Amino acid sequence: MKTTLMLGAMTVAGLAAGAAAAATLDDVKARGKLNCGVTTGLVGFAAPDADGEWQGFDVGVCRAVAAAVLGDASAVEFVPTTGKTRFTALASGEIDLLARNTTWTFSRDVDLKFEFVGINYYDGQGFMVPKELGVSSAKELDGATVCIQTGTTTELNLADFFRTNNISYEPVPIETNAEAQPLYLEGACDVYTTDASGLAATRAAFENPGDHVVLPEIISKEPLGPLVRHGDNDWGDIARWTLNALIAAEELGVTSANIDELAAGTNNPEINRLLGTEGTLGEMLGLDAQWAVRAIKAGGNYGELFEKNIGENTPIGLARGLNAQWTDGGLLYSPPFR
Amino acid sequence: MSTLSDPPAESFQLSQLLNDTRYRSYTFQFIALILLILAMAWLGYNLAQNLAAAGLNISYEFLGEPAGYDINQRLIEYDSQSTHWRAAIVGVLNTLLVAVLGCFMATVIGVVVGVLRLSKNWLVSKIMAIYVEIFRNVPVLIWILIIMAVFVAILPQPRDFRGDDPAASMVLDLFAFTGRGFYLPRPYFTVEWASGGTGWLVVLAVLVGSFFGARALAKWATATQEATGQRPTTWYFTLGIWFVPLAFVLLVMGLAWDIPALKGFNFQGGIFMRNSLIALTFALAIYTAAFIAENVRAGILAISKGQTEAAASLGLRPNRIMNLVILPQALRVIIPPLISQYLNLTKNSSLAIAVGYMDLTGTLGGITLNQTGRAIEAVLLLMLFYLTISLSISFIMNIYNNSVKLKER
Amino acid sequence: MADKSIAFVRTEMLPQQAPPASQSGVIKWVRENLFPDVLNSILTLVALYFIYKIVAGAWPWLSNGIWTTSSLAECREILDGATGGCFSVLTERWNQLLFGFTYPTEEYWRPTLAFVLLFVAAAPLLFAMYVPRQVLYFTALYPFLAYWLIWGGTILIPIVAIAGFVVGYLAFTRVERQSFAMGLLAAVVAAALTWWIGGFVSGALSGFVALPEVPSRDIGGFMLNFILGVVCVSLSLPLGIVLALGRQSDMPIIRIICVVFIEFIRGVPLITLLFVANVVLAYFLPPGTNFDLILRVIIMITLFSAAYIAEVIRGGLAALPRGQYEAADSLGLDYAQSMRLIIMPQALKISIPGIVNVAVGLFKDTTLVSVISMFDLVGMIRGPILASTEWNGVYWELWGFAILMFFPICYGISQYSQWLERQLATDHR
Repeated sequence: MKTTLMLGAMTVAGLAAGAAAAATLDDVKARGKLNCGVTTGLVGFAAPDADGEWQGFDVGVCRAVAAAVLGDASAVEFVPTTGKTRFTALASGEIDLLARNTTWTFSRDVDLKFEFVGINYYDGQGFMVPKELGVSSAKELDGATVCIQTGTTTELNLADFFRTNNISYEPVPIETNAEAQPLYLEGACDVYTTDASGLAATRAAFENPGDHVVLPEIISKEPLGPLVRHGDNDWGDIARWTLNALIAAEELGVTSANIDELAAGTNNPEINRLLGTEGTLGEMLGLDAQWAVRAIKAGGNYGELFEKNIGENTPIGLARGLNAQWTDGGLLYSPPFR
Repeated sequence: MSTLSDPPAESFQLSQLLNDTRYRSYTFQFIALILLILAMAWLGYNLAQNLAAAGLNISYEFLGEPAGYDINQRLIEYDSQSTHWRAAIVGVLNTLLVAVLGCFMATVIGVVVGVLRLSKNWLVSKIMAIYVEIFRNVPVLIWILIIMAVFVAILPQPRDFRGDDPAASMVLDLFAFTGRGFYLPRPYFTVEWASGGTGWLVVLAVLVGSFFGARALAKWATATQEATGQRPTTWYFTLGIWFVPLAFVLLVMGLAWDIPALKGFNFQGGIFMRNSLIALTFALAIYTAAFIAENVRAGILAISKGQTEAAASLGLRPNRIMNLVILPQALRVIIPPLISQYLNLTKNSSLAIAVGYMDLTGTLGGITLNQTGRAIEAVLLLMLFYLTISLSISFIMNIYNNSVKLKER
Repeated sequence: MADKSIAFVRTEMLPQQAPPASQSGVIKWVRENLFPDVLNSILTLVALYFIYKIVAGAWPWLSNGIWTTSSLAECREILDGATGGCFSVLTERWNQLLFGFTYPTEEYWRPTLAFVLLFVAAAPLLFAMYVPRQVLYFTALYPFLAYWLIWGGTILIPIVAIAGFVVGYLAFTRVERQSFAMGLLAAVVAAALTWWIGGFVSGALSGFVALPEVPSRDIGGFMLNFILGVVCVSLSLPLGIVLALGRQSDMPIIRIICVVFIEFIRGVPLITLLFVANVVLAYFLPPGTNFDLILRVIIMITLFSAAYIAEVIRGGLAALPRGQYEAADSLGLDYAQSMRLIIMPQALKISIPGIVNVAVGLFKDTTLVSVISMFDLVGMIRGPILASTEWNGVYWELWGFAILMFFPICYGISQYSQWLERQLATDHR
């Protein structure tokens, strides 16, 4: 009783944040901000820059969803989460969308009751070693000390890999990427393992990235994607189709540069449907016709986001690889907009 | 007649529940109980609703499933196919290990510092005071992180031992102090029947025997002293009792040393003490030692000066005064706060997570929680484990405290 | 004859001779305090060597320090192999270390002002004998003012909160004559009613004398440690008193509740309670409510320190002579009155050193929030700063800074408590 009164008082005092009931879309609109869970800092994917602005590939997804729903790409509240806190944060409604390079697995989907809305990066776990060790394959790592970033599927894959190959290793569990870096650089571990994209991002932050090599073995499938709670399909649809819109936009050649021109109407019906000049796709989602235009304008299409944050011209320097469009031999394949 | 002495029949009024001190306490307790039940019901109802909304349930079945991850430091058999429960037990043992080592080290450092702080040597007492104040007034988490960072940064890594002209070399060719931890020679027995655990049991038995032998010798010496006034010189006998049987047994069982050597990525062989264990133990120990030093100092100061003077007038020398008169009395003042320092150290050991030491918080509250996503279950179990450890420590230490306490009537 | 037998009688005293050089001044002091015997001489020499090593190591590092580069690489370039600290990480990240990386830059004056005003507000509590009592009114207003300054929003929110307390107090004084419990109930009802009505008013006039709102997620750096420390200690003090009284109570049910609560909290590490705040608490709140993390953490840390403070106060209560309780009873005071007027003032006085110890410990423990991904001072250092490309590998400078932030405050508070203890020592020993 007393607690309820206290809670009531605190609500009045304005300390309590908004509600997060079943209709996430309504909550987000009422709040005027999208609460988006990201990592505590992984350069290229989500990290605050020197001015405290969040930048990165995952951040781009958050901004696109915010732009589609709220019409403002900056109406995002970024909630830094660790591997431990991310699922509770999502389940308890603290965040509306989790874009924290999270691997889509069966148990997370089914047992933990989350809905993965798609895959924004096809990744796999890799190893990074200093060049001077002269190691060329992960199978040569017998007896090595391996730094692992915990809280992901990483430690499980690693245990499986070394077990199957019947070689021994010494795991050093590390909570965050930031703490793993000095340990690896000082030589307290021989190998650093996490998702290959994360390795590239970490290596990019080194003083001499050239002194370190990423081994060719990719020991796991890590489809990373944004996820939402089970049970609110409307909200899940919005997140899913915003991501698809970004991917389809690249496929259709819609970029942030030419989008205003294309949004006036084109000969391509699919582009017209996507950009809202034809059909009522936006209304079906519970948004307006311009939703996809705003989402794409927020940070560009998938390809632009990729190039800007993690692509070959950035310090992280990831090649498109599996993450190329299906037309270019990659795995990105957006269902049609119709 | 009897009706006259009876008090007037009490008419119970509802307001008595609030105003009459006889009933008021029942009212309050009743209200408190109702409030508690309501609060519990409210929390439980919310939990049920939230879980239903998320489609989750409370289940400890995950404890029986394979954990799937490896733990570097384990005191019992464990591999990635063991269950989550076993991983939790490995964590508990690691917590206890760091707690025991830390408490031991903290006590030693704390007592030395506490005594030195009262030293007449101005410089030494000032240095000790500065140590105590600096370590007491900075968060233990910062100390743990600093010591770990320094440990990793300052000590050479195995790669520095490599090559023709290595930057670092092993101490006496026996010990390797690296940023990954310390590698020490490990004794083992070459004779077959002793090579398992048996050898160590034999050693233990011999040491116990020597202990009783030495005690009997000391008793005999005291008896002789009381009878004749002359204390026979026994120190070489004592030495003999301790070392001759031990040396004999070790020789028979073929003692040999497994000396660490750099093979591949790491040193192999010998005893390996991980950097996280050392850094954590050391940080916890010097932090807690600062508090213990203060307790020791307060305990010594609590013994009245008359005790020191009385002992001095008996002709005891300063260090004997300390050992025979002051410390035994001070101990009674020191022990109760010491217990709570031990408890604090044990609880602070949960910060192991900051240096990647796989204690209970690292296994059950860390990777297991992450992998299974069973937050409520794991955190509850985690608290239960810590509660059990804390209560056991205070129980044991209170028994000890009662045994050394002055028997008052 | 007689005068001849006396060979020589001095009629005036000789002037005092200076003591021998070895028995006076610096030399005597050095001899007595540093080299009284062999063992101590060795200790002194060891200590001197130790000091020399530290000074020799730290001095060039301090004096050659670089304060103006924008990255570690640049700094190393300037140093060119010489020993020296790269203190430029502190100057470049100064604001982040103090305020976290998302607190709006143009609003830094607000927490700074709140920080300065804290001293004004705390002065009458800390130095009751030197500061005019009128300042206490400001102290009472301070929490609301500080809330408004740090979090922003319309000024109506703190005003409504104050109004609630005032109305509650008025209701309490009206009904208190009947009974203390009734008074308390009336106060709670009245206050809640005021807040409820006030909620509509402040909700409707959200732009009235408003500072830009800052969500608590944006609070970080040392400011976060400070806010957590101050808020949790102040909140846990009344809670601790209630728990201590409950534990000493004659009513078995209330006593059991308090004992179980206190022993449970004291038996688990703070970090598990923070895990509760971080990953579990949300499940126990009604669906739809959603406190932000900082509030949940404040709740858990407050419960944590309340249990410790309750034990300290219980010690104070137990230390009071039985006669004090009996005297209060014989004056016809009821429980609330005797506690308020006789027992608590004395018990709290005895408990002050213990309470201060708990407060210092709590302030240090606020760094633990970095483990649950909050960016306090330690979190900022471990996370964004050490992970950044520019400052990857600057340990000594950053951790030294962290020590410099915590040490003076904690040391100052404990010195203050010793001073206060001497001031309050009214018994003559």
